[in-house]
Amino acid sequence: MKYVSEFRDPAAAQGVLSAIARAADAIGATRGNPVHIMEICGGHTHAIFRYGLDRMVHDGIEFIHGPGCPVCVLPMRRVDECIQIARHPRVILTTFGDAMRVPGTRTSLMQAKAEGCDIRVVYSPLDAVELARRNPTRDVVFFGLGFETTTPSTALSIQQAARDGLTNFSVFCNHITVPPPIKALLDDPHMELDGFVGPGHVSMVIGIHPYDFIARDYGKPLVVAGFEPLDILQSVLMVLDQICDGRAEIENQYARVVPEHGNKVSLAAIDDVYETRPSFEWRGLGEIDASGLRIRSKYAAFDAEEKFGIGYATAREPQAEAEGCACGAVMTGRIKPPQCPQFGKGCTPEMPLGALMVSSEGACAAYWQFGRARITEPAA
Amino acid sequence: MCLGIPGQIIAITDAARLLALADVSGVRREISVACVSDRPVAKLVGEWVLIHVGFAMAVIDADEAARTLDTLRALGETQEALDAMTDSARALAL
Repeated sequence: MKYVSEFRDPAAAQGVLSAIARAADAIGATRGNPVHIMEICGGHTHAIFRYGLDRMVHDGIEFIHGPGCPVCVLPMRRVDECIQIARHPRVILTTFGDAMRVPGTRTSLMQAKAEGCDIRVVYSPLDAVELARRNPTRDVVFFGLGFETTTPSTALSIQQAARDGLTNFSVFCNHITVPPPIKALLDDPHMELDGFVGPGHVSMVIGIHPYDFIARDYGKPLVVAGFEPLDILQSVLMVLDQICDGRAEIENQYARVVPEHGNKVSLAAIDDVYETRPSFEWRGLGEIDASGLRIRSKYAAFDAEEKFGIGYATAREPQAEAEGCACGAVMTGRIKPPQCPQFGKGCTPEMPLGALMVSSEGACAAYWQFGRARITEPAA
Repeated sequence: MCLGIPGQIIAITDAARLLALADVSGVRREISVACVSDRPVAKLVGEWVLIHVGFAMAVIDADEAARTLDTLRALGETQEALDAMTDSARALAL
């Protein structure tokens, strides 16, 4: 329990850990026959590793790290298409910094920038709109990616650009949504999932009801959680209590930030600008029905796919991962990061081969940063 | 990118476009308050908000803001966000 001292309230943490242990014992969870709880959000994965929560809880609890890191699930083809856009001499490509090192089939955005493409890291799509305003002879394209937390920002930016009559701003839309991959994982017969710790900030936008199907159709509990270590532990306890009671409900541990029905302005902007694609490719998971968004035709002038003729419709088979890369198996919890043959060898945060090593929210990068010492420990 | 960072609204800079100046751990930048404009925007001055990529997504109380900043600091996310804001200002100036 060496880490509990880092908690703001160590006594409270100790209390929750004891309650988790009692609930796990009541369920009959053991190391050999654990309860599998998936934390969906990459921010939660990061916090679990940072605080060593997976080592603190009863050893009958196994965390499965979900697909909730948008950079990690970005398919290589989309990176390639983005670079194709960036090669146009008129284009200034703008992106969040996280996306710069994601490997495409041949290069990353960072390499493309080194080769002379005008690629700039911005903090916000608002800055990309401003850049378009200041550079009327250039075409400013924003690499829009992320879950429901960042989708409102690009939707509102497109609405603003439309109101301002800007003709040199567009978004290359790679926004994805959280519920469809959860459904895909629940439909996967190889997955063993007993409950979920749900994303906090995504839920702040969409509310808690988009998860209703998980309880209703699959009989699994989900608890929306905050990001403090104690929030995560409390949410794990709430999941276990539901399992103990034979309940399956969507509960909200993070009600101080997450409204039941989400953020109305954000949802209205998303609905105005975006529509659901028939399917979208996820790195490591393949095509998932209705899991991605595209820009509605009324905003076609702001759609980089339309502007540069790089349609998702031209995509064919999902591309194979780099040789030896096991991102898909890690992402679905079939193996732990160090079991990947490339982990720490051909794939490190400095020279990532697979996307899970790129972002601090990726399971491999989190494991590399905080969990390397564990690799050399003998298995218990 | 996915974790919001708390900031305090200092002033409304453009009421028509719903833009405000926020102080995020000592770094000041303009943010959109469109998503929290269900109340009169003038009343947002002095409030703490959770900011995602330049957009205030929720009004939070000061205690929640302090606790969230502590957690983000421990995760190394605070510095990452502040660096991104500074770098972005530089990219705009090019």
